[in-house]
Amino acid sequence: MHELGIASSILETVVKEAERHPEGRITKVRVRVGELSGVDVEALQFGFECIVKETEWEGLVLEVESIPRIQKCPKCWKEFRMADFDPQCPQCGEFATDCISGDELNIAYMEVDE
Amino acid sequence: MSRVEVEKKVLNENQMLAEQLRMRYRQSGLLCINLISAPGSGKTLLLEKTLERMDRSVRVAVLTGDLQTENDAQRLANFGFPVKQIVTGGTCHLDARMVEKHLVDWNLDDLDLLIVENVGNLVCPSSYDLGEDAKIVLLSTTEGEDKPLKYPSIFFKSELMVLTKIDLLPYVPFKADVAKGNARRVHPRMEILEVSSTTGEGLDAWMNWLEARRKTKQTAR
Repeated sequence: MHELGIASSILETVVKEAERHPEGRITKVRVRVGELSGVDVEALQFGFECIVKETEWEGLVLEVESIPRIQKCPKCWKEFRMADFDPQCPQCGEFATDCISGDELNIAYMEVDE
Repeated sequence: MSRVEVEKKVLNENQMLAEQLRMRYRQSGLLCINLISAPGSGKTLLLEKTLERMDRSVRVAVLTGDLQTENDAQRLANFGFPVKQIVTGGTCHLDARMVEKHLVDWNLDDLDLLIVENVGNLVCPSSYDLGEDAKIVLLSTTEGEDKPLKYPSIFFKSELMVLTKIDLLPYVPFKADVAKGNARRVHPRMEILEVSSTTGEGLDAWMNWLEARRKTKQTAR
């Protein structure tokens, strides 16, 4: 359960960004969470609600975009969505394929009402 | 309404600190490994056996993380290498700031190998880069073979899996081949070693792995 710390880091970034927009109000923050990031989205949402509650940030929307795991075959360059923990290339059968996305834990953007 | 693009890591501060640590390790030619497992998989015992067998000419230091107590540091201090306990006071993982804070008394140029023993947890430590050269995940034969599938993040991010307590294989239902297969489903290029810290089986291969990595790091300086 480290999602509370992650929620705090997101809020810190929002607070910093808010200083650059003194006339506006940040209403939404969108994060990208890869399925390999080790972050539970529900726990993150819950933690985020808890830390903004009864503060000036109450109502700030945390929007989570889940990023699936994508593998790339080193032999035939096929890219594919990895499902059921099967890393095998569906095109040529190579087993040792490489992960090219799915471990993200990034803040994508914020929306500001001006 | 306007949109402000940010595109940075949520744990940006930790990441920056981790990169600073990584740079310092590189400048000193120091290899840093981060040992991660569930509680009770045998991290501390493996570390004891590692320090016991370690060539005395290798300058090793250990940081060991726990929620509470200095027990592990006391166990590990018996081998004559510098050891520091990081008591997280409830936090379920180590982060780069904790590591940096506990390194202040050591001159990294005087060290060849830094071993970080993370808090026993297969989830949270996977999100925090400590600037290490390699994450190493331990799985013991008294756990389930499907742990790599249940906790894919840490098995994906670890370069090496050490299967521990293999002396118990005749007595437990654990199937090593299934566990190794599961690890490779999550991480097809995973290196795997099998050890028993109790009987010593497999420890030579583990020490050789460490020594090879340490030499590579030293010459890359």
